[in-house]
Amino acid sequence: MKAIVYAIRTIGRELRSGEVLVLLSAVALAVAALTAVGFLTDRIGKAVARQANEVLAADLRLRSPEPLPAEWLEAAERFELETAETQNFPSVVFAGDESSLANVKAVSAGYPLRGKVRTANRLFGDQQEANDIPPAGSVWADGALMARLNASVGDTISVGESDLRIDAVLTYRPDQSIGFASLAPTVLLNLNDLPATNLVKEGSRVGYALLVAGRESDVDDFYADVEDDLPESVRVRNREDSSESAANASARAQKFLSLTAVISLLLSAVAIAMSARRFAHRRMDTVALMKSLGASQQFVITAATVQLLLLGIVGVCVGSLIGFAAEKILTSMLADLIANDLPPPGLQPVFLAAGSALILLIGFAMPSLIQLRNAPPLRVLRHDEMPPAPSRLLVAGTSLLAVAAMLYSAIGDARLLLYVLGGMLGVSIVLYATGRLLVALLGRSRGGVGIAWRYGLANVARRGRASAVQVVAFGLGLTVLLLLTFVRTDLLKGWQQTLDENAPNSFLINIQAHERDPIAEIFARNEIGAPDFVPMVRGRMTTIDGDDVKDIEFPTEDGKWMANREANLTWAAKLSETNDIVSGDWWPEDYQGDPLVSIEEEAAADLGVELGQKLTFTIAGQEIQLTVASFREVNWDSFKPNFFMVLSPGALDGFPATFVASLKVQAEERGALLEIARAHPSVSVIDLESILQQVKGIIEKATLAVQAVFIFTLAAGIAVLFAAVQSTIDERRFESAMLRALGVQRGTVLFGVLTEFAALGLVAGFLAAAGASILAWLISTRVFELEYSFSPLLWSLGLGGGILLVCLSGYVAARGAINAPPADVLRAA
Amino acid sequence: MLAANNVSKQVISPEGGLTILSEVSFEIDYGESVAIVGASGAGKSTLLALLAGLDLPTSGSIQLDGNVLTDLDEDGRARVRAASVGFVFQSFHLVPSLNALENVMLPLELGAAENARKKAADIISQVGLSERGRHYPAQLSGGEKQRVAIARAFATEPAVLFADEPTGNLDSKTGENIMQLMFDLNRNSSATLVLVTHDQSLAGRCDRILSLDAGALVSDEKVRR
Repeated sequence: MKAIVYAIRTIGRELRSGEVLVLLSAVALAVAALTAVGFLTDRIGKAVARQANEVLAADLRLRSPEPLPAEWLEAAERFELETAETQNFPSVVFAGDESSLANVKAVSAGYPLRGKVRTANRLFGDQQEANDIPPAGSVWADGALMARLNASVGDTISVGESDLRIDAVLTYRPDQSIGFASLAPTVLLNLNDLPATNLVKEGSRVGYALLVAGRESDVDDFYADVEDDLPESVRVRNREDSSESAANASARAQKFLSLTAVISLLLSAVAIAMSARRFAHRRMDTVALMKSLGASQQFVITAATVQLLLLGIVGVCVGSLIGFAAEKILTSMLADLIANDLPPPGLQPVFLAAGSALILLIGFAMPSLIQLRNAPPLRVLRHDEMPPAPSRLLVAGTSLLAVAAMLYSAIGDARLLLYVLGGMLGVSIVLYATGRLLVALLGRSRGGVGIAWRYGLANVARRGRASAVQVVAFGLGLTVLLLLTFVRTDLLKGWQQTLDENAPNSFLINIQAHERDPIAEIFARNEIGAPDFVPMVRGRMTTIDGDDVKDIEFPTEDGKWMANREANLTWAAKLSETNDIVSGDWWPEDYQGDPLVSIEEEAAADLGVELGQKLTFTIAGQEIQLTVASFREVNWDSFKPNFFMVLSPGALDGFPATFVASLKVQAEERGALLEIARAHPSVSVIDLESILQQVKGIIEKATLAVQAVFIFTLAAGIAVLFAAVQSTIDERRFESAMLRALGVQRGTVLFGVLTEFAALGLVAGFLAAAGASILAWLISTRVFELEYSFSPLLWSLGLGGGILLVCLSGYVAARGAINAPPADVLRAA
Repeated sequence: MLAANNVSKQVISPEGGLTILSEVSFEIDYGESVAIVGASGAGKSTLLALLAGLDLPTSGSIQLDGNVLTDLDEDGRARVRAASVGFVFQSFHLVPSLNALENVMLPLELGAAENARKKAADIISQVGLSERGRHYPAQLSGGEKQRVAIARAFATEPAVLFADEPTGNLDSKTGENIMQLMFDLNRNSSATLVLVTHDQSLAGRCDRILSLDAGALVSDEKVRR
């Protein structure tokens, strides 16, 4: 009790003296970085997820073949969610003498709840975002539909018994399908106009959907509320089912953000560990003095612990304020990208950061505090009298425990955590061993060099273990910095590939064989490269190894669904460059044997099909038997036409095929699409530009988030370097004063110090580059599932950056010590 | 008051066992002032550390103010020091983060004395530093630092004051003033004074001189005035 009172009474003096600033700033920086990273991951994660939700036009969608029960809507209102209803069905629409099958989609006010519908005033004209739904009495019609009907904006079309005015061209709606299933172009109308069309009657094939959106927890509560009573026929979709590219980018961004958070945490841990050690070490004299004045062991350790905690709390407060401020600044910088209607960040990141920092502080300071307890009072008479060093097991144990406790709460991805921790541990051990080796080598090699070099190298050698520890600290800091830089680069490169400037943005579907040449001619006339026409035949699977698919229990719902619908089949002699064979073999280009099929691997798993099995398909009334020859991995992000089932050449000869083409059409070339739509009304033109833009938006947001968060990690890394140099500052001050008193010039002392840091930086940089290469390879290939490319830049950055960063922070931190007047320093000693 | 019985101290050094003190015995009475003299390495500071309970002898026993130090653990010896001992060191040993007044308050606060601040302020003015109480050690001259250290040593009114070369880091004039101050305060408080020094004239101002040579007590004489 006496010790606690004493600690509280003296803490003010400690703060005023400036002695504890290093520790304070380490804790504050850790908390600030963690808080800001926490805020950012929270907000940006939500922003990315929300953009992915646009693909649903909602956070959650309930789809039913029956009219929506009123209870769902009531439940949604009870949870204060936004709602919208849609109904859609195929119907033939008319304009003058022309008619076409259309997907009629009636929507209520508020649609879409996520994302925006875009419209244009004329076919292939400039598009703008719509803030409303079509006004009563009017429709927004798909460009393809208008081309088929030969209609323009302002014309009237007949939908059932209603005549409705075409108010605008529908260019994009968030929930449009990009598959080939819905070939009919859409006409969007106001739900209030639907009854008058008299199209919805008993037995009509209408799809009803309820869209809901709101706070994540409310949406979850709503779903939990209605889940139990949902009939079998209702299909529920939420963000997890969203478009593949968007979901991939979003998942990778979140993984990267949590990786960044973990690494900021580790760096902060190193900075805190070093300054906590220094805190304890600097108190050694005071504690010895207090013991000589009659203080008990209990007293000194209690007082030091309480003071450390109080300092920690001050650091946490300062850090939280900086974190809050940083979050405000970053949010305003990213204003365009972070949706304003996101809920403000909670206090949770602050508590998490504060808790982390305090646990790290105690965990890392504990061995030093215990050492402090044993500080011999004899130190007042003999300064070199030191307490026994704390056992390494204790140091490693408490530190690891502290870090593990923190990481456990901070990150959900166990594999990512394991790689990072294992990697760091491995790198630390290698760094330490190599550090010791270097120290021994340098000790022998300093004979033939000048005084400054000799002084610097002698310093590295003499500090033995301390030098090795510094190599570990520098090396770890550099490793994570390099790692982040390169995982980030790989990540961005992976995303850029998705955003390939030449990625096709338009699809032509349902091209008849004889239409290929005229269409190619239209492109040639408009100076657009000729598209590849990919053949497509529709067929239904009937048996697997002789068993009727109706009697087969499929491993997944998707498998059952796939087996019970018409599949799109194609054939190819060469494997598409966006495909990879994962098992089995692709057939030779001149293959002419029995029909073979290559199946996309996930589809194969859903169907439970194995290599060598025989599948029977019915195509236009005829049966064809196929042998499963291989499984393929498909890069769906490529936006090229891809198929679950690819058959060997000749297998589909004689069956009526249509063709699919994908191509990149620049904005100014879009007239060609209009020409095709007019000249070949049966060909569907699917414009992917809007969807590509949407994916691009998500990826750019994620990229920016990654870079913003990276800045904090960089700051934490530099803090580690500073803490490492700070831990030797007393000794340096004294040495510098002594050498200068002996007549050595200041510049020579400085050069010696820089030599020392350069040697440390070189070794740390070399080891960091090696460690980061291995870790980056693991993380890129195993966690982010991207291709890893070896980078010589990493090595030059590691070595150059190591020397430069260590020298620079060493210089800044040691400058004061070198410049201090020798007389003052020697007198104070 | 203070007694050493057959006190020996050996340490293990790279060259093997090293005897620093061998079989030293003496007694010191209440209020007596005693100088321990000898050449560098004679074992003066080691003896002082043992007498104050900062370290334990390899063999032999030490009694201080009725307590057998050699029977006590570290905390027990600390309690004895808190109750009965004051220190003045050659290198002052002020806490750099505390100002002069706070340094003097330290032992008072450790002993949970009431009115620590007032008592400290009183004694600071007795050593002539009332104007400099708020200054930090780095802002004080060597002589001023030693005055603060002396004020700190006398603040708890100890039964015995140990001084280890108190003038060793000071010029002769300042050293003279400091010693005068210490003897004056000692006389007023009637504390026992144990002074380690190699300065014969300083030793001559004490009641008694113990001479050490190579770890052995070679003479124990009263000073005639």
